[in-house]
Amino acid sequence: MILIDRNTRVLVQGITGREGSFHTRQMLDYGTKVVAGVTPGKGGQEVHGVPVYNSVKEALKEHEIDASIIFVPAFAAADAALEAAHAGIPLVVLITEGIPTLDMVQAVKEIKDLGVRLIGGNCPGLISAEESKIGIMPGHVFKRGKVGIISRSGTLTYEAAAALSNAGLGTTTTVGIGGDPIIGTTFKDLLPLFNEDPETEAVVVIGEIGGSDEEEAAAWIKEHMKKPVVAFISGRSAPKGKRMGHAGAIIMGDVGTPESKVKAFQEAGVPIAETIDEIVELVKEALG
Amino acid sequence: MKLHEYQAKEILAKYGIPVPPGKVAFTPEEAREIARQIGKRVVIKAQVHVGGRGKAGGVKLADTPAEAEEVAKKILGMNIKGLTVKKVLVAEAAEIAKEYYAGLILDRSSQRVVMMVSREGGVDIEEVARKNPEAIVKYPIDPDKGLRPFEARQIVLDAGLTGNLNKLADVLVKLYQAYVGVDAFLAEINPLVVTESGEIIAVDAKIDLDDNALFRHPDLAKLREVEAEHPLEIEAQNYGFAYVKLSGNIGILGNGAGLVMYTLDLVNRVGGKPANFLDIGGGAKAEVVYNALKLLSKDPDVKGIFINIFGGITRADEVAKGVIQALEEGIVKVPVVMRVAGTAEEEAKKLLEGKPVYIYPTSIEAAKAIVAMVEGKK
Repeated sequence: MILIDRNTRVLVQGITGREGSFHTRQMLDYGTKVVAGVTPGKGGQEVHGVPVYNSVKEALKEHEIDASIIFVPAFAAADAALEAAHAGIPLVVLITEGIPTLDMVQAVKEIKDLGVRLIGGNCPGLISAEESKIGIMPGHVFKRGKVGIISRSGTLTYEAAAALSNAGLGTTTTVGIGGDPIIGTTFKDLLPLFNEDPETEAVVVIGEIGGSDEEEAAAWIKEHMKKPVVAFISGRSAPKGKRMGHAGAIIMGDVGTPESKVKAFQEAGVPIAETIDEIVELVKEALG
Repeated sequence: MKLHEYQAKEILAKYGIPVPPGKVAFTPEEAREIARQIGKRVVIKAQVHVGGRGKAGGVKLADTPAEAEEVAKKILGMNIKGLTVKKVLVAEAAEIAKEYYAGLILDRSSQRVVMMVSREGGVDIEEVARKNPEAIVKYPIDPDKGLRPFEARQIVLDAGLTGNLNKLADVLVKLYQAYVGVDAFLAEINPLVVTESGEIIAVDAKIDLDDNALFRHPDLAKLREVEAEHPLEIEAQNYGFAYVKLSGNIGILGNGAGLVMYTLDLVNRVGGKPANFLDIGGGAKAEVVYNALKLLSKDPDVKGIFINIFGGITRADEVAKGVIQALEEGIVKVPVVMRVAGTAEEEAKKLLEGKPVYIYPTSIEAAKAIVAMVEGKK
């Protein structure tokens, strides 16, 4: 497992909103230790028995907090992430979709400078199977096992996790890093953590067209990775210049093509699955 | 959101970057009048949201107001890559001595806005990047500090631009201020011209705005033109779907951008051709699915539909209800293949029992089935 486990104490920012409240219930049901929530101006309320505060600092006076998950609307989401990071919460998970890009450029830089890990935005969050879920994924498809997953897509992650779980391989920690062009954490930031995690025996990287995060991940794997990695790339038949749902899933000129990503993984000795089921087969092969 | 050249230049001018005097014209008569006011040789440029206007004949010079009218008459109404020219920019033709490139893009690797400057302007910058990458200087900008004059001067020197150093650097500084000021995604001046008399002018400009930040710029949001490449894309926008029209004949619908991209890949792999990308998003209710099917059924190219659902937050039974409604109302007239898995999978399958829908356990089997059905019908 990496980043979170059953003891991770979680703050929910935007807890009184529709999404925040719904997913707080879901996380509590999964067993996540949600200890506090924040909605400016609504301090003193309770949501599913979780106390609500006016600010992250206020919440920190009453609770010890290891991670924050953010459901704040797009116009205020980057600000909420900065609030958490400046208050000293070491892990910030930004779920919100549609955040202004320059807000993210600023927030990602500032949060990195503070030494805080930001995951997202526009991401499903992360889950350590049968331990803790700080995100919006359906918890039941993640069975505890030995494969780590890092993914730019939400639904495909659930698919892959379900397939690995059904095959008896199971998952350790799964991180949805998000589909936006500017995100806090990329593949190459998480691979070293899985590399050192004793429970994780193999890693599945679910990429897609657009940007060069997959190429950078492949370069890191080639140099440092001690464990088998299996890659998957979606959008391989997508036309150039068209945004395929995710803001980041667009081929611009020669950057972000599937060919370049396939080549990079091949050079790093990483097998590429053509289908979700093939992910399972390739992981099995790699683990012998 | 894309802006027209004349709109981009208005923004640049507001931030203090010199642009050639000019105005937008909707009729040949207006073009003549603008040319008369300018009183010099003018250039008439089609204002459409596509590249390659020059090659398509959408950019022409005119020496007199009468000639400007004539040229505008030819360009207005012209079809450039499927878009009709409804307006032209009439601007003073610059006496070009040198053509440079200056652009700002969002760079994912450095997670910053990057200034790109090249002494090879006036041509497609992607072409320069391919053939002569060392002719482009790239400079990531610290969001805390912005682009300062000393940095801009160094970029100008590193790029080997000749001309008034301070003025050139000033254009770069102001371009960055404009980029941040309007929440752009891309802003470029190409060419940035040094004239015979040593003036520096943005002769052509392109600005794409960040859709996520349009709420901060209601004045700019109003400039949006309903000019998508396909009418179904406009309708999809109204429903709030992520939809892209493609050239094939198999309608695709799924929940989650990654899953839909994967579904397109699978259909392609087994020899089919998707007609579209359509993501109904997370947590979709029956009505959303119904609307999505209504949209797909309006596409005459669609000869079969493949619905790929992995229930997470989205409940498969909600999807099933939407599908059944669309079938019972006779909206869908082509074969429908479904793959349902995940949350409420069993309930969905029960609901769909006896309905004219083919259900397959895996995406690949469903893809093969729909391709066979559509090809078989030909």
